[in-house]
Amino acid sequence: MRLPHPRGPISDVIVGYLHEPPDRTGELLPVEFGPRIRTTKPDVIICDDDIQLGLWMLYELHYRSFDDVADRYEWDPEVLRARARLEEVFETALNDYAHAAVTTAMRDESPLADQLFDITASFAGPPLAEHVQRRATRDQVLEFLALRSVYHLKEADPHSWGIPRLSGPAKAALVELQFDEYGDGRTQYIHQDLFGRTLRSVGLDDTYGAYVDIAPGSTLAISNAMSLFGLHRRLRGALMGHLAAFEATSSVPCRRFAAGLRRVGFDDDAALYFDEHIEADAVHEQLAVRGVCAVMAESEPYMRRDIILGAVTCLKLEALSAHHLLTAWAQEHRVAWR
Amino acid sequence: MTASSRHSGRGIDVVLCADGPMLIRGAETVADDNGLLHPVHRPVVAVCRCGASTRKPWCDGMHKLLKNS
Repeated sequence: MRLPHPRGPISDVIVGYLHEPPDRTGELLPVEFGPRIRTTKPDVIICDDDIQLGLWMLYELHYRSFDDVADRYEWDPEVLRARARLEEVFETALNDYAHAAVTTAMRDESPLADQLFDITASFAGPPLAEHVQRRATRDQVLEFLALRSVYHLKEADPHSWGIPRLSGPAKAALVELQFDEYGDGRTQYIHQDLFGRTLRSVGLDDTYGAYVDIAPGSTLAISNAMSLFGLHRRLRGALMGHLAAFEATSSVPCRRFAAGLRRVGFDDDAALYFDEHIEADAVHEQLAVRGVCAVMAESEPYMRRDIILGAVTCLKLEALSAHHLLTAWAQEHRVAWR
Repeated sequence: MTASSRHSGRGIDVVLCADGPMLIRGAETVADDNGLLHPVHRPVVAVCRCGASTRKPWCDGMHKLLKNS
């Protein structure tokens, strides 16, 4: 993958800096940048193409990175400083965006496992899965898959950052879950590669990062939130709460997505990723909620708020992204492919 | 339902999840109500307990819809 095309002043200076040889000196982001965007509403920050793409590029240096960027930039102090500034803005926005729901949830004193299942079951997100199942056109299904590829081609990787940060039973449960994500030792069942198979089957590009350039800020923010939670040990509770909510809202929608793909004429090979997740995530939600989060909260009770914050963030970001898609589709527009 | 172990000499672990499925670790096959054997492809599987699954014997999360209705 090569660096994406900039979408504003922030991503532009980041692309410019990363294209230079790593021995250059100078500041990556202008100092006045921070206060300027801190005044903006949380959902505006979350949907801002320029901020989210800039942050996405800086995070990607820690995953598989870019063919046209020197590997040494991963730990370049200027890169890390710029990332910290963007993260401060993004983390504040996420906290503000989730605040009301987290505060309400914290008043509930039922066991954390029950609470996580309640939060995920009662969250009223836009009916994206139902739309894909019953009404989406073939082009809309393709757009949905292309946007999902931004995360699904590295599915599970951000949550793996949690492994060295947990211990005992919570660690064992997370590894058991992640082992299944990575195919249980069977290369052909690595979940991120199963999504590549879906993309190929429907005629889309399965290259890692192929659709980053057309992904809106709200899609990039989904990946960025996971990277933020994953790369900071202090946010390990949020990382695992995010995982729990992600898994607990997957089986039922995946059944609908698989049905939608078949309805518009795609074959079993295309639907295999979603078929696999109906059963896999029915297991994973139990492991993530009971095996990881409930155990963490028992040994470290102060983690409860972060776990709930992660879960709420997952639900709200997925809902925001789904809302964009459904709104655009209702007006017969596209979110992507501009 | 019965399950047979994938490791001779080692037992099968079973966990019953409140309002949810039965998790089974270490099984090689799970037999359904009709005696049909379903091979197990992952280290831990979730078996339906609510009867609403569309993919029996496996759990597909449908118990959550029952709870809401």
